[in-house]
Amino acid sequence: MIFHPPILALITAAMIAAVVLAGSGVFALRLLAHWDLDSGAERQIGLERATTLVSTVVAFVLVLEAASLVLFAFNADRMAPLFVGAMCAVGTLNASIYGFPTLWAKIVVFFAAFAWLALDRVDGRTRDYALIRVKYAGLLVLAPLVFIEGALELAYFLDLKADTITSCCGKLFGEDKPALGGDLASLDPFLAMGLVAGGLVVAIGLGFLVGRGRFFALAHGLASVAVFGLALAAIVAAIAPYVYEQPHHHCPFCILKREYGHFGFALYLPLFLATGAGISSAVLASVAPTSARAVAEVATRRLGRLAIGGHVVFALVALAAVLTSRLTLVS
Amino acid sequence: MRAAFERRRHLLDFAVRSLARRPTKNLGLVAIYALVVFLVGSVMLYGAAIRREAAVMLASGPELTAQAMVMGRHEMSRTTDVAALKGLRGVRRIEPRLWGYLWDSAGAANYTLMVPPASDGAHALAKGEAIVGEGVARARRLAPGKMLFLVSPAGKFLKTKVKSVLPADSALVSSDLVLVEESDFRAFFELPPDVWTDVAITVANPREVATVAEKAALKLPGHRFVTRADMTRTAEALFSWREGLALALLAGALLAFAILAFDKASGLSAEEKREIGILKAIGWETRDVISAKLFEGGLISGLAFLLGVIGAWTHVFFFSAGLFEPVLKGWATLYPHFPLAPTIDALEIATLAMLTIVPYMAAILVPVWRTAAADPDAVMR
Repeated sequence: MIFHPPILALITAAMIAAVVLAGSGVFALRLLAHWDLDSGAERQIGLERATTLVSTVVAFVLVLEAASLVLFAFNADRMAPLFVGAMCAVGTLNASIYGFPTLWAKIVVFFAAFAWLALDRVDGRTRDYALIRVKYAGLLVLAPLVFIEGALELAYFLDLKADTITSCCGKLFGEDKPALGGDLASLDPFLAMGLVAGGLVVAIGLGFLVGRGRFFALAHGLASVAVFGLALAAIVAAIAPYVYEQPHHHCPFCILKREYGHFGFALYLPLFLATGAGISSAVLASVAPTSARAVAEVATRRLGRLAIGGHVVFALVALAAVLTSRLTLVS
Repeated sequence: MRAAFERRRHLLDFAVRSLARRPTKNLGLVAIYALVVFLVGSVMLYGAAIRREAAVMLASGPELTAQAMVMGRHEMSRTTDVAALKGLRGVRRIEPRLWGYLWDSAGAANYTLMVPPASDGAHALAKGEAIVGEGVARARRLAPGKMLFLVSPAGKFLKTKVKSVLPADSALVSSDLVLVEESDFRAFFELPPDVWTDVAITVANPREVATVAEKAALKLPGHRFVTRADMTRTAEALFSWREGLALALLAGALLAFAILAFDKASGLSAEEKREIGILKAIGWETRDVISAKLFEGGLISGLAFLLGVIGAWTHVFFFSAGLFEPVLKGWATLYPHFPLAPTIDALEIATLAMLTIVPYMAAILVPVWRTAAADPDAVMR
């Protein structure tokens, strides 16, 4: 399976990411041990100079990670015909025990990378490298996550064998299935849509207040994470059946397919952006020192606006799915 | 927001002018870059197109094929075997088929001889008639009304009149095909009247294919049952593997290109160094210089990628990927000439971008930083 072109591209990206983050991790340790802005020593100048390189390459790699999340989901869907019983990405991911853990790891890396890039950007705007220690401590957290994700991805692709018998999305997201997928599928659509609508109102409201202090930014971050969970539940319980116009088809992956006009991308991209922005604004507000307060506040507000935009687009796309569908789940 | 946008616009403007100041060097780079995209893109687009073609072809085949096996080798099925399968629940139609291969020394090619199934009224034949595939017609210069003579390995002679030539849109599976009438076929290959090459089973509900195969295997334990899904999977895996292998072989070219890009970005001319020195002396920060240089890299990538993809697309869909065809499709004397349906697949384009743009950008990052981070007086001296 390893000779499948998108798999080759994903493995190449994962290897570049691992090499860059390993080098950057070693640099981060050196910087945390020796950083002294008041010093005019050659080592300090060297560190200051190298930090622009590390910022640039890590930013490059993290953007690559975001692209690889999209490619990974897209490819999983396309590889379904290779496995007995697979109809969409669910079957492909289920064909190995590493499939879903890889997807979750990629999502975690996406959000962690988003927050790190926000820190990096704000740090670049301060005159005194106000966030440099937090940023590199963060890099030491991010690097192992990227290694784990890369290792899981490699294990997954090596473990994939053609003709593996796997289960389709109906097995995982059937209303009578005992696991989490079944619970979400059997959730009352009215309740699921109500919860996500309420969550969106709260998150959008808090998005307008993020610039007013650390408390609001943290609350906004938490609300964004909560909306992410509620939105996924609503997609399984109600939005996906509206898109398929079938009350018992709940799969959150089939909406990425061409048959449904790649509708899932229009739904997931704003949701992921909004959640990433929400988490980043909370992280930024909680770690920014006093000297960087002004710059951090501008960035927090901007991230708040991005989150609001993402949430509004998500709400409109979901609403469009419900209104244009010929299915009626709630009378 | 507006200030940030204006800043980017000016950086982009600067990058475009900077590229235009050194047209020969940059055009050379774009040409090599586009060639790399073209090579990798041709392999990928052709692989995807041929997989799509195979899937479309197999979609019209029977859900299940039964073949008799003796000592692990394919054997002829008997009419009694066909009768044993009758009455299976869920089966819509059971059709015994007659087909075989013939080495034609005149055309120096292998033909597939077949009797059209009884249910296929469109290709029904009378004794002495034949319908030929596009490849056979090409090799033997045949047209409707002309005579086709075939000689069997045992020296039997078959004289047929060509009724029609099969359309080229099904050429992937029908290029080497010669359809003949049943009694002609049996006489030509000296077959007894109660044997068949295999049995095609059409199943009404696609979900029941596995169950029908299981039940049929109980009735005919000496047969093997191949499902259409198995064949689709095999075709998909085979073409995908060939495509991946060709790409892995091209990895050397990609690596060489990345080294070239690294080298080009490292070896700045005295003029370029002076330019960066002046920029830094008038107040540009290291980040600004890096941004401007990355914009340059992005513009080169964008242009080369566009040219390479257009080239690959034209090569694949209008010239049938002449450079890679034998590697990816497999080879035979009568291999079909078939037009591929031109499509643009987002997954292929995204994968191609990841395989070509990412190594280039990764290769230029360090040299770009090295020049951008240098002191103005050091680079100008």
